[in-house]
Amino acid sequence: MNNSTKTVAGQGKRSSAPSVILENVSFSYPGEQIFRDLNFTVKCGQWTCLIGPSGCGKSTLLRLISGTLRENFSGKIHFSDGNSQNGRTAWMAQKDLLLPWLSVLDNVCLGSRLRGEMSHEKRQKAISLLEDAGLGEYGDSLPSELSGGMRQRVALLRTLMEERPVILMDEPFSALDALTRLKLQDLSASLVEGATVLMVTHDPLEALRLGHRIYVMTHRPATLSKVLIPPGSPPREPGDPAIVSLQARLLHRLVGGGNP
Amino acid sequence: MRIIRLIFIAVGLVLVWQTIVLLTHVPPYILPGPLNVAKAALTHAGPLFDHAMTTLFEIIAGLLIGTLLGTLSALSMIASFSLKRWLLPVLVISQAIPVFALAPLLVLWFGYGMSSKIAMAVLIIFFPVTAAFYDGLRSTEPEWLELAQVMNAKPLSVIRHIRIPSALPAFASGLRVATAVAPIGAVVGEWVGSSKGLGFYMLHANARMQIDTMFAALVVLGVLALAIYFSVDRIMIKIVYWQKEETE
Repeated sequence: MNNSTKTVAGQGKRSSAPSVILENVSFSYPGEQIFRDLNFTVKCGQWTCLIGPSGCGKSTLLRLISGTLRENFSGKIHFSDGNSQNGRTAWMAQKDLLLPWLSVLDNVCLGSRLRGEMSHEKRQKAISLLEDAGLGEYGDSLPSELSGGMRQRVALLRTLMEERPVILMDEPFSALDALTRLKLQDLSASLVEGATVLMVTHDPLEALRLGHRIYVMTHRPATLSKVLIPPGSPPREPGDPAIVSLQARLLHRLVGGGNP
Repeated sequence: MRIIRLIFIAVGLVLVWQTIVLLTHVPPYILPGPLNVAKAALTHAGPLFDHAMTTLFEIIAGLLIGTLLGTLSALSMIASFSLKRWLLPVLVISQAIPVFALAPLLVLWFGYGMSSKIAMAVLIIFFPVTAAFYDGLRSTEPEWLELAQVMNAKPLSVIRHIRIPSALPAFASGLRVATAVAPIGAVVGEWVGSSKGLGFYMLHANARMQIDTMFAALVVLGVLALAIYFSVDRIMIKIVYWQKEETE
């Protein structure tokens, strides 16, 4: 991605993106304890990946941080700058969640619209985001006219429009074909630079391409592995031999659940 | 293609009708042939038109008022949980009483004029619209709501920008059902007591043994109902513009 993209998306607000600190977090669904006294820090300004088998509680963890899940929860989740987590996270899911009746541009501006903060500046910003992401000519289109990869790109821009310091991603690329996924991973890596990102995925390669730090989550109640910090800075080349060998190790951890 | 098919169906039905009349030698005061009915329609074109306009007005007024009330009650039930707990049982109980049984009462209350027929149509239309719209409003994609929550959306904005649009397809199908039954309300109202409208004209012709005229009124009523139905259908397709129009 070119520099103009970074200046549009990675604004100054991000320079102070806080860490997310979880202390003694416990959470249970009826009859099932998902977390017990979990301690975990999502490091500020970095991209943290959480991989683990389906149903291990990864998405639940994101919901606890975003504040959409509040019941049956004990412990403390706070941001390192001491401010409340309310209104400071942005959410990107596996489904693009575009509203089919809104144009692409209006979907990108959804947050402002829902908060009643729609303005000319916001609109202009959304237009330039769309142009930088190669979607400039689709602003007036409906989501149904777009391909899956384009729709997810729009979802990414909608997430960036929020200008939130903490971005939570729940397998955002898993529904895409391999090539589209690689491209969108690159785009995302450049656009969210500086934000504190926590991404849940079940794809070790994806974690290794994008993550500054990688954790494996297994067992129930969930436990986290020691952090894995791959060499080099993201987005890493998928063919890099170091990445390939790490991928094998991660898979092994996922299967065996142990620390190699 | 669609128009041509409709014409074919209409012509086919008329042919079947004529064949039955020819084969069974049924007397015209029981079942007049299509030609007799067409003749009667031409002879009585003036009064048929006048009465049709009355019925059309009753149906459209009933549709507008019934849809408005249905929309409002669905919205208020989604906006207030406690209101919903009181209103929903009332709605269900109200449907346990056949609306037709209320017709004489409505005429007593609202008189012989149009208002009792409009009230009848409103009662019939109200429930399918309320039920469908309410159902649509409460089955909003939970992940959209979750996204809105993370975005710190205002509750009213969520209803306006997410819940209502996402309920429109359900609302549209409820309104289609309502439109199909709306003429029944108006005509039953006219039967019970009136001096105008196609229902009245049918009774009037029947009493005078002008069966062909009665059939003419029936055909006009059918055409009227179809015209209203397809108009509403077109409008709904425009309103729910993001849903792909079914290719014919």
